[in-house]
Amino acid sequence: MAIINLKKKEVQAKIVYYGPGRGGKTTNLEYIYKKFRSRIQTEMVTIKTHGDRTLFFDFLPIEIGRIKGYDIRMQLYTVPGQVKYESTRRLVLRGVDGIVFVADSLAVRRKENVLSLKSLADNLASYKKSILEIPLVFQYNKRDLLDEGIPLLPVEWLEKDLNSKLKAPYFEVSALKGPNVVQTMKKIIIMTIDSLRKDLT
Amino acid sequence: MDKQYISDTDGQRTYIFTPGQLSKIEEVLTEDLLDVGVHSVTLIDMAGNIISTMDNGENKHDIYSLAALAAGNFGAVSTMAGLIGEEEFSLLFHKGKKENIHFSKVTDEFLLITIFGKEVSLGFLRLKVAEATEKLMSVLDPGS
Repeated sequence: MAIINLKKKEVQAKIVYYGPGRGGKTTNLEYIYKKFRSRIQTEMVTIKTHGDRTLFFDFLPIEIGRIKGYDIRMQLYTVPGQVKYESTRRLVLRGVDGIVFVADSLAVRRKENVLSLKSLADNLASYKKSILEIPLVFQYNKRDLLDEGIPLLPVEWLEKDLNSKLKAPYFEVSALKGPNVVQTMKKIIIMTIDSLRKDLT
Repeated sequence: MDKQYISDTDGQRTYIFTPGQLSKIEEVLTEDLLDVGVHSVTLIDMAGNIISTMDNGENKHDIYSLAALAAGNFGAVSTMAGLIGEEEFSLLFHKGKKENIHFSKVTDEFLLITIFGKEVSLGFLRLKVAEATEKLMSVLDPGS
């Protein structure tokens, strides 16, 4: 549920990084936080368990400059990936305007990716939103592990498993090392702003 | 009707607030809450976005993080209420040594966060929040 403030000429929108547990959602936000530290005025908020897993969400507000005379402020969130936190994921999705689905490229995580995407579709439907229509970008994470000889799912398989119907843009990424993390964020921001563009008069 | 409420094809909602509405909201927050001694007051939506925030100039908080956490907290407490068979908890209040936070639902989509100190009693604050809420509802949801 984006907010457009015609008095301050400001737009706020919510982007959620969704995906299976240990897939790299928090690592994405940590990389963005480090990379754009000078442009982010606040600390990144994380609510974690003692075991360093996301318990509720991570939160990072980022000002991305001006479009059509409006200051654009994006609120980036992650959800907890562990299966047992379904109701928490649904809470975080409330009012979402754009989604990055962070898929785990590890070969052993194929099923978890598919189940997580299904849960995303179901949770969006609970807010009367369609996964087919909301701005969505796929991110196939951990591609750097290929160099270390760890079995990964070929991108064609990930595309077939997750993106054959949705036909959303995708990026091959290493959230830990950085390639394409920023590109993923830029793409979802552009798509989200595009979906609001008609309201920015 | 002053508020423009837009719903596009995918059911996505965008709330557009006009300068007139925002001035009215700021007036209510100032006259009903800041002027009686609260330190800061922020109106947010349930997604954690900020509609309006006002403070007494002495307390600078990270209001964006506060809004995200307040929306999450409110959602979590509402879910807890459901688990024990309550529709919602009417009083959401955290007490600190110097600062206290009070949360109040304005409509199903908006939440008022008030931060106040020892100078204001909880009872008086609740009364003033209830008065402000009535006025805010007429701005946020004129049809209600």
